[in-house]
Amino acid sequence: MVIGLSSNKPMNELFGFLLSGITVGFIYALVGIGFTVIYNSSGIINFSQGEFVMAGGMSTVFLLKAGLPLGVSFILAIMITSIIGIVLYKLISYSKDSSQISLIILTLGFAIFLRGLAEVVFDKELHTMPSFVGDGSFDMLGTVLTYQSIVIMVVSIVIVVLLYFFFKKTKTGQAMKAASINVDAARLMGINIKKVLMINFALSAAIAAIGGVLLTPITSTNYEVGIMLGLKGFAAAIIGGLSNPFGAVVGGLVLGVLESLIAGYVSSEYKDAVAFVVLLAILFFMPGGIFGNTKAQRV
Amino acid sequence: MLKIENLSCNYRQIIALSDVSLHINRGEIVSLIGANGAGKTTLLRAISGLQNTKKGKIYFEGSDIAKLESHDIAKLGIVQIPEGRGLFSILSVEENLRLGAYIRSDKDVQNDIEKIYIQFPILKEKRKEYAGTLSGGQQQMVAVGRALMSRPKLLLLDEPSMGLAPIVVEEIFRAIKELRDKGTTIFIVEQNAFLALSITDRAYVLENGKIVMSGNSNELLRDERVKEAYLGA
Repeated sequence: MVIGLSSNKPMNELFGFLLSGITVGFIYALVGIGFTVIYNSSGIINFSQGEFVMAGGMSTVFLLKAGLPLGVSFILAIMITSIIGIVLYKLISYSKDSSQISLIILTLGFAIFLRGLAEVVFDKELHTMPSFVGDGSFDMLGTVLTYQSIVIMVVSIVIVVLLYFFFKKTKTGQAMKAASINVDAARLMGINIKKVLMINFALSAAIAAIGGVLLTPITSTNYEVGIMLGLKGFAAAIIGGLSNPFGAVVGGLVLGVLESLIAGYVSSEYKDAVAFVVLLAILFFMPGGIFGNTKAQRV
Repeated sequence: MLKIENLSCNYRQIIALSDVSLHINRGEIVSLIGANGAGKTTLLRAISGLQNTKKGKIYFEGSDIAKLESHDIAKLGIVQIPEGRGLFSILSVEENLRLGAYIRSDKDVQNDIEKIYIQFPILKEKRKEYAGTLSGGQQQMVAVGRALMSRPKLLLLDEPSMGLAPIVVEEIFRAIKELRDKGTTIFIVEQNAFLALSITDRAYVLENGKIVMSGNSNELLRDERVKEAYLGA
């Protein structure tokens, strides 16, 4: 496809693809941040991350159906998902075999368990929910931008900024960062590693849940929506270097935009393949991610 | 202040310490010397709770701490500068110092950081730089400073001279002596026996996980067996 300069239409189309790519990209970023936060503190890749997204979205849908207001459902869903994160941490901490590979398999098993649980507790149907700010939209640069997209972008940016300040400026955040750099030294400083790990799992789950709630009005949700979202988030984290939460944000945006462009200009059938092609390319050619963070080779 | 009774530890199925007993009095500076692999680091790790003990007791100010978690031991006032210094390499010098005060909740932390800067002026210059980018000597200063930030009752040092130029070692040891003069109790593990014996009050000699000798440092300095095995005379 050639982007003509004489007509505005192709440009508008491009802006449209970019905006929808960025919107979804922020969700991938939120899932990806969860991967990095847990990986940094424990060396584990948590394959339940996508199911945390699902749990957030599905819980909100069903709490709304039960008649609770949106705000309350939102907050309760985040709390429920955080508790699920803590349960996963407890399973990991009581595991007899503490090798990383068996703990990673444990997170995979937990993901399958959560999917099954969601199928039983909720159902197998596809659910959606109204946008938080109404279904309105406005024209921007000749393309349509929905209010929900704006909410997703704003909330995601706020979360990233808050996270940055949390890790940089608060005592708990610094302790978590210290523990991710040198566990033994952190313990010698009086930092309770078990508490740090638990906070990390709860935090990752909460961020994923927020992603799930934000995304539901746009793409709907069901019990197995976490599989694909988890893999996309994982790809986002890998692109960013796996140990850098802010790298995951860039990774998520890159992935979202690429997907949207491929879907728009080639075929939407190839959309999901993008994540895997990018994932493989990064692992082959830049195993440290696009920021070349050598900490990815953890010992 | 610290009393270890019949402590035994395994490290990866190998006996690392067997029946080690020693004590450190308040205000003393004591060293543990021994060859590489004698079990010195294991002993320090056991005191700090980083290493599981198999049997024996570790008393600190009268209570057994052998089964406590590391962070609880740190809260009691035992701080360790581990082998290799254990800095948070991708945090700034000042962030490292502030983390040293993690167990404190008082308002004097910033004041104490300024005091560390007076003792080691170079750290003030580099306070915004990543600790990992500093030279070995400067990193050791950060490690000492960070340990002091917790206001320790007992300071454990694992090989403070390792990998440092002699002139830097002198500076670090001068700082350690000053600390002792201010009343901090110090336990140093050192491979450099001459250095350790020349600044400590008493010393223990560890060989293959067992204490084989102990006594006043200046007596050990003159001991024929110590001279032959550790002082290269």
